[in-house]
Parts: sequence; C-alpha cells; structure tokens
Amino acid sequence: MGKKVALTGNEAAAHAIRQINPDVVAAFPITPSTPIPQNVAQFIADGKMDTELVTVESEHSAMSACVGAAAAGGRVMTATSANGYALMWEILYIASGSRLPIVMAVAARALSAPLNIHGDHSDIMGGRDTGWIQLVAENSQETYDNLIQAIKIAENKDVMTPALGAFDGFNISHAIEIWELEDDNKVKEFVGEYTPLYPLLNTKEPVTHGAWAPPDWYFEHKMNQLEGLLNAKDVVVKVGKEFGSAFGREYGLYEAYKMDDAEYVIVAMGSVCGTTKDVVDSLRENGVKAGLLKVRLFRPFPYKELADALSSAKAIAVLDRVSPAGAQGGALFTEIRSALYDANNRPPVINYTYGLGGRDTQPQHINSVYDKLKTIAETGKVDKQFDCLNLRGTWG
Amino acid sequence: MALLNELAKKKEGLVNGHRLCPGCTHSVIMRQVLAAADTDKYDIVVAAATGCFEVSSGLYPYTSWNIPWIHNAFENAASTISGVEAMYRLWKKKGRTDKDVRFIALASDGGTYDIGLQALSGAIERGHRFLYICNDNNAYQNTGNQRSSATPFGASTTTSPNGTVLQGKSQPKKDIMSVLEGHHMQYLAQASPSNWRDLMNKVKKALDVNGPTYLNVIEPCTTGWGFPQHKSIEIAQLAVDTCVWPLYEIEEGRVKINYKPKNKLPVEEYLKPQKRFAHLFKKGNEHLIEEFQKQTDRHWEWLLKREESGVSY
Repeated sequence: MGKKVALTGNEAAAHAIRQINPDVVAAFPITPSTPIPQNVAQFIADGKMDTELVTVESEHSAMSACVGAAAAGGRVMTATSANGYALMWEILYIASGSRLPIVMAVAARALSAPLNIHGDHSDIMGGRDTGWIQLVAENSQETYDNLIQAIKIAENKDVMTPALGAFDGFNISHAIEIWELEDDNKVKEFVGEYTPLYPLLNTKEPVTHGAWAPPDWYFEHKMNQLEGLLNAKDVVVKVGKEFGSAFGREYGLYEAYKMDDAEYVIVAMGSVCGTTKDVVDSLRENGVKAGLLKVRLFRPFPYKELADALSSAKAIAVLDRVSPAGAQGGALFTEIRSALYDANNRPPVINYTYGLGGRDTQPQHINSVYDKLKTIAETGKVDKQFDCLNLRGTWG
Repeated sequence: MALLNELAKKKEGLVNGHRLCPGCTHSVIMRQVLAAADTDKYDIVVAAATGCFEVSSGLYPYTSWNIPWIHNAFENAASTISGVEAMYRLWKKKGRTDKDVRFIALASDGGTYDIGLQALSGAIERGHRFLYICNDNNAYQNTGNQRSSATPFGASTTTSPNGTVLQGKSQPKKDIMSVLEGHHMQYLAQASPSNWRDLMNKVKKALDVNGPTYLNVIEPCTTGWGFPQHKSIEIAQLAVDTCVWPLYEIEEGRVKINYKPKNKLPVEEYLKPQKRFAHLFKKGNEHLIEEFQKQTDRHWEWLLKREESGVSY
C-alpha cells in the first residue's frame, strides 16, 4: 500500500528514481535539481538501490555518459535544470536520434543572463525541439507519477524515445507537499524489466552505434525518429490508464478543469495551474464560466485533442512561463493558436508571459486574466495580444 | 607477444573497405592496437570521437567495425565510455554477463588536447577502467587541417597559415602527457606506429591495468602534413629518431624511455619532407628551425633527467 508523505518535489523525483532503480544514473548538480542526485547517492550509500551512479564533471558529460550507458544496454536516468540542460543540448539530440529511452527529471529553471536560479520554463521550452518526450507536472504527486510513467512510455517499442518529466524549480522542487508514495514493489512491477534491443555489451553480436548518415539517409532517419516521437501520444494515454488502474490516479494528455461549458479559458502548464484552479473555483461560485486547460504532454504536442478540448471557449488566454524571444508569442501560445486554426470554434487568443525567474504569480494576477477574457468575449476586441503578469510598469 | 605470422591470422576487428585517405595511419594504428589486445581472454568495446577515423569507418548503412563500436560526439569519447563501462560494471554485479570486456576510447588531438580535455580528465579522475588512445595528427584534420593545441611550433595550418608577416603556428605544442600525468593514473605512454612492437606492448600493458590508462600515438597525416602517401611510417620513424616524438611510458610516475636513438637526427630531417614546414626552410627563417630544435631538445633532455632520477609517484 502507498502512504502519504510530506516531502519536496525533488524528493518525489528521487523516490521515483529509487523505486525504478535504473541501471545507471549519470548526473551533475545544479540548482534547483541538486537534491535529486544527492538523494540518489544517499539511497545507494544506504543500500536502498543498487544503481551505478556516475558523478560526472559536467552536464555535457552527464548526458554523454547516459547515451553510452543506454547504448551499452540498460535503463538510464538523470536530472538537471536550466544551464545544465542547456549544456546537454548537443547530446539531447544525440540521445533522441539514437533512439535511447533515457528518462530525465528536470526542475525547470530560468536561463542566464542575468543569472537566476529560480523557476520558469526557459530551459525545457528551449529544448522543445530536441526530439524528447516532454511531460510537465503541476505538483509533487505528478512529478513522481510522471517519472514512473515516463519509463514505460520511453521504452515502448513503438516509441524508443527519451522522455523528460519537468516540474517547476522551487515552486515544486523545494516546496513540501503531501503526496502518495506508492509501494516499492508495486512501482517495480509497474515499470517491469527493460530488455535493450541492440546492447553494445553483447560482444557476440557486435553492433555499430552512432554511424553518421549522409544526405541520402539522414532524412529517412529523422522521419523514422519523428514517427517514434509521435507514437508516444497514444502510449502516454495507454500508460496513463494503466497507471490509473494500478494506483488510482489516471492521466491523459491534458487535464480539463471545469471545462465542460467553460467560456473563459486559461491554457497553462506547471505549478501555476494549482493557483489557477483556485481562481476558477471562486469564479464558478460567482457563476462565471471559467475553466483551465492544463497541458501535460507538450512534446509530442497533442494539437488536435487540445483544440477539441477548447470547443466551448469564447476567449482564451495562454500563459507562458518563458519569453516569446521574438516569436509572435510564447511557445505554448503559438502551438495553441496554430491548433485552433483548423477548429470550428476559433475564439480570440491572447498570451501572457508570467513567472520569469521565479516571479510570483498570485490569484489576483490570474483573476485579472479572467477579467480580460470576459471583456474580450463581450467586446469581441483584442487590444493587446501579448502582455505580462506581475511585471513592473506596463508592457508595450 | 605472439609471432607476426600468428597475429596476421587473427580475426580483424577493423575490416577493409573504410574510407580513410590512402596512406592514412589511423587504420594502421588501430590494427596494431587490436592485434595487441588479448582477445582470447577478453572482448573489446570502442567509443570513438567524431573525426576522420569515425566518419571513415562508420558511414550508414556500412560499418568497418567487427567489434561493438559507438560514436557519440566530438568532445565526449571519454564520458561516453564512462557510461558504457558503468553499465558493464552493473551487468557484472547483477550477473547479466560473465564476459571479460575491456574498453577503448578513441579520439584524435582535437577531441583530446582541446574540446575533449574536460571529459577525459573527469573520466580518468573517476577511475573508470578504460584505455584512452589519442591518435595525434597535430591539427583538426577532419575539418581540413586547422591548428590545435597539438600543432607543433612553426607548422602552417589553415588557421595558423604561413603568410608574409606570420610564419605558421607561433606557440609550442601542448605537452598533453604532462597534463594527464597530473591525474596520477597507473599507466600512460607515448608510441608510434613505426615502432609497432613497442606500441603493441604498451597497448597490452594498458589494457591489463584495472583503471584508466592513456596512450598518445603519433598519427602522420598525409593530407594535412603534406607528404607522399607511401611515406607515412617513414615520417613517424623520423619523428621518433629526431626525438620530436619520444617513445616513453610513465608507470606510477616513473618515466621509462623505450627508445633512445643511437644517432639523434637533427629536426630538419623530420621537417623537410613535410609541406606544412616548407616555409621554415626559406632564407631568413633559420631561427624558426633553431627554435624548433631548442624546444625538441629541451623536452628530450627533461625526459632523460626524469628517467635518470627514477622518481616515482
């Protein structure tokens, strides 16, 4: 039986890794995910797991060692944040292009400069096209649950693609919440054994890993890889259901919170969804048809399903915890707006950037977004497509 | 060591059909390495850095490798092999294999002296059991002969060209052996394919060490250095006989010079046949050859003194 525990998001990730007991973990400390390798090291020191921990000298080497270990033939995990994730960037593509089902916990954090160690989505959004499956958690429970499911999703034979489970730095990584820690054996049973397809260590049948592909082959490789990534969408749903039957918490591609008849809708990812749910509740008490569409799977992006889930909306605000960096809007905004292009219902969509570098986002800020959506729905006019929440002064 | 005619019958780990330049010594060195490995006792797994050898031997849908081989990126052969070796230790621990497997990381000077130095240092410090072989061809040859920190003084490369004002690389070559020696690993050595028996002895010895080892091998590059294809081994021999490339090993800190030329040749003998040094022989550049000789002598004499001292670590 599982038990209720009061632990941080990092500890949730570390316990998931302990129970999965991967063959190799290669990791380098970086705030705010540092407690993950620390906890893993302690679990190993205390004989609670028997993973080979490779305490590399950089995140670049962390992901490089993960690639080597996964190709060698076994289950491999790591953890990182921000600049560390950015330093891995080159090898993130090699991990996915080599079809190695590595699973990584990412305590999502702002990227320098200016140096800032606090939470936002600059890292994972910067890496959204690295070919990894990206799951985003709202809280510690989901952080824990997502990492366990990520193993089964990544290792699915139709997928064979690395996956990351992201959770907001500090908001989740360092906040103590009450969550359900499942029974060790039940988690082990759920993830099962992993049988590598072409282990390098099978010296009887020598395999070449990482051959280069000239113009007459590279394209086919990349499209084959894309197929694996896209296959992850159905597998995420399947594994989410299996997880539900095993542990009582079912997961899908997204969570539709009070969305059945919702007219004013916020689309968001991560810990801000908790705050948004509270605001939705109080608005609903006052008869306002507010709703939240929480995106759980960002890559592959389930554009059709998300557009369908927005069919009752009269006005939509997409919250991005990243700078648009010169695009029309944040990464989630451009995806959602594009998804709606083919939909029957095409309500106005606005975009907010919020919470950069750990800036607080409070119920009053979320309330102001719903106020804005009401005005847009009433007037049918969008005066500002892009704006910021809780920024000094006004944007634009 | 086995007799040459026995070694010739050994199953090849690197087979023909690769796309290396004619006269390239990468394959020559690798065949010596694999011939030296005691493959009746253990199997070999290789991690290769991006470079000439990698692109020439692992081109999809072909491979020249008859042994397990992995390529990851340019700067991470050492961290890649760290991961492979960690997984092997896990397999051993859990009884998933009863095989004895030994690991070789393969890179050239770009992937070793420069961009891969951090990964190499980290992997050695962590104590993984692997032999790291650097085939030192004195520049970034895969991208067309750009200078590296292993490029010798005076050599003209595409990013340290000889011109009307500058005469090739103005800095001396990095002493990578000394850099790595500071890790106090049990065994590191320098070898040349011209002295194949010495190279093979070193490989054999290194692979038997239960920890990280390093082998620095001169890899004459017909294209980048500018000499005829049939002269590669001769050039390597000249590097050895001029003491530009001393053959030595450092075992637990103790230096042993494996070959002392009876007649130490002047560096001109090594420089002359190579186009990259042609400008040094122009009138008015005599001082550059003198400087090259000075650097070579200084290093050789320092090595002799270290050997004589018998100091170990």
